[in-house]
Amino acid sequence: MSASNRKWELRHSVALLRVFIGWHFLYEGVIKIYNPDWTSFGYLATAQGPLKPFFIWISQEPLIDWADSLNWMALMFVGITLLLGVFERMGALAGVLLLALYYLAHPSFPWLPQVNVEGSYWFVNKNLIELAACLVLYKLPTGETFGLAAVFKKRKEAQTKTQ
Amino acid sequence: MKWTRRDVLKGLGGIPILGAVWWAGASNAVSKRRKRSEILERLNIQPSLPPSVPTIGGDPIRVGIIGFGIRGEQLCRSLGFATNEWKEAMKLAAQEDSKHSALKDFMNQDKLNVRLAGVCDIFDVRAEKALASFNTDDNKIKRYKTHQEMIRSGEIDAVVIATPDHWHAPMSIDALENGVNVYVEKPMTHTVEETYRLKKAAQKSKAVFQVGHQHRQTMSFRTAQDIISKGVIGHISLIQTNTNRNDDNGAWNYEIHEKASPQTIDWDMFLGSAPKIPFNKNHFFRWRKWWAYGSGLSGDLLTHDYDRLNCVLKMGIPNSVMASGGIYTHNDGRNVPDVLQANMEFTNFSTGSSQVEGKEKGMTFVYSATLGNGFNRPTILMGHDGTMELGNRLTIWPDGSSTKYAEMLEGDKMNPRTPIYQYDPGANSPDAVSSATSQYFADKGLMWTYIDGKRVDSTFLHMREWLSVIRNGGKVSCGIQEGFEEAIAAHMTGLSWKLGRRIDWDVENDKIKTIEGIDFDQVLLADPFAKSEELEPDIISQV
Repeated sequence: MSASNRKWELRHSVALLRVFIGWHFLYEGVIKIYNPDWTSFGYLATAQGPLKPFFIWISQEPLIDWADSLNWMALMFVGITLLLGVFERMGALAGVLLLALYYLAHPSFPWLPQVNVEGSYWFVNKNLIELAACLVLYKLPTGETFGLAAVFKKRKEAQTKTQ
Repeated sequence: MKWTRRDVLKGLGGIPILGAVWWAGASNAVSKRRKRSEILERLNIQPSLPPSVPTIGGDPIRVGIIGFGIRGEQLCRSLGFATNEWKEAMKLAAQEDSKHSALKDFMNQDKLNVRLAGVCDIFDVRAEKALASFNTDDNKIKRYKTHQEMIRSGEIDAVVIATPDHWHAPMSIDALENGVNVYVEKPMTHTVEETYRLKKAAQKSKAVFQVGHQHRQTMSFRTAQDIISKGVIGHISLIQTNTNRNDDNGAWNYEIHEKASPQTIDWDMFLGSAPKIPFNKNHFFRWRKWWAYGSGLSGDLLTHDYDRLNCVLKMGIPNSVMASGGIYTHNDGRNVPDVLQANMEFTNFSTGSSQVEGKEKGMTFVYSATLGNGFNRPTILMGHDGTMELGNRLTIWPDGSSTKYAEMLEGDKMNPRTPIYQYDPGANSPDAVSSATSQYFADKGLMWTYIDGKRVDSTFLHMREWLSVIRNGGKVSCGIQEGFEEAIAAHMTGLSWKLGRRIDWDVENDKIKTIEGIDFDQVLLADPFAKSEELEPDIISQV
């Protein structure tokens, strides 16, 4: 084991970021699956900003059921891929998409009343920051540093050697 | 291939984290759900569904509208008839604000099997407005000069009465005696004497009589009945209910039409039994401000709140009423108060008890109203075991010293600050432990307005029920007995305010306890500010 391996590098920080974001998404997904009464209706029906009509449209029957199912599936997908470090780039992209929708439904524009937020934001809020973090994860995959990708890599290396 | 411990940790380390997060999320959600269902099971509340009424079959019911003013137009819309002017205005409003859905809601409203066959309004402009919009190929409508003519025409099966208060009883009685069905606005009557006369007429008539308290159709009020009957909040000792308004419209200063004149208004007909005074536009359009035609807060708004609670609790007529108040914000020549507090005592009433038998009995109903401030004070029912906030949404908090929930409070399964039940007709399920989020969304009124994706108008439901009973038989939810209780409670309040003393109800003889030397009806109709020692009704002519 070389000395450089033990040094804390950028890839380690990014891997930590990835685990935390995966953790967050997975938890949000799991509590929704185990709560049959959960619905995104309230969040969508109170949407603000330029895309408000779109979100209100989704909040109506029968689309709302689809929106609810797709939401928890996407949350789980992002959570599992980022936590396990496999297909993580797809997970990061799905995360970006999901967070963009969350942000656009309730954007932190100064001219809009801030609904249900714990903090003060001016354009940039936590959703947007997490979105930017997902972009980093997309650009810097770390599954080989910490994740199942490391297992696949090792097996691949072993196969090449035997060949 | 050689696997080191480090390789395994690097490759598979995410799996235990995933497992931990999953377990935490699942157990958290499940325990919350268990706590919720434990509370729900304990409460055993059945949220009510919209009542289904038998369809109104056969030929369309021929309805006549008497009084096509502000409320008359609203009632016609609930029947499915909106004026062209209103549709145009709502279209513009929707263009300006996409949230404005009045027109859309109207178009989505189920069609009732009725024909608006007659209109009767003593102001030509209003009658002609109805004719212009409703006289179509599918709906032939006729103007009747008087209500007597309409009632006796043989062309009208049912009348909707939306006139000043002093015409409610005379018109209702006339219609009922002629076998014509009646939907009358609140308050049901204007004097004590006619309340009894109308009761008799309704009991004798085969026609269906309904008072316009549409709140009875609101889902949360129906659910509240179930909650009270199961003793969820225990013995209620105090109810507070309020009116909070602070605008011209709310203070009954309605617009005066430019075309109003003795030529366009049948002034004598307007006055009816009221003191004869010269033509007065102010009195015609803003009649709610004078005792001669209206009854101010006690008749116009207290009646709503009283009936909302009477429909839940069935508490009936109060044993006594004491009222106070005055004209403190709108000193504009009116003679009805714009601030009113009424304390109604129900000394023998109980909603059930969780304590030693006989310990809990009696309740005060406090109505507090101002037309000078719009801060929203909700309706609160205060029981020994819990508190209920009742509006379109319904919320229950356990009381910290509840006998019924002592064990659950001690076991931290309940908390006086956290609602144990919230019913939101628009949400997809009852919510036992409400989150700040759902609270916020509901407070914005976003959830309750949507039932199956549709906004439902309670007046529509109330009229549909009336029409269905006319055609199929059955019982209306606000019939003569309910109307009688509402009217007497309102009159007792008006009398107490005017006389500055307590008014008692004689349960045995079913009448207001007499006070020597006082003619109740004379007091009710009189101008309390008239410069005379006698409370004579004709003094109003000097105003």
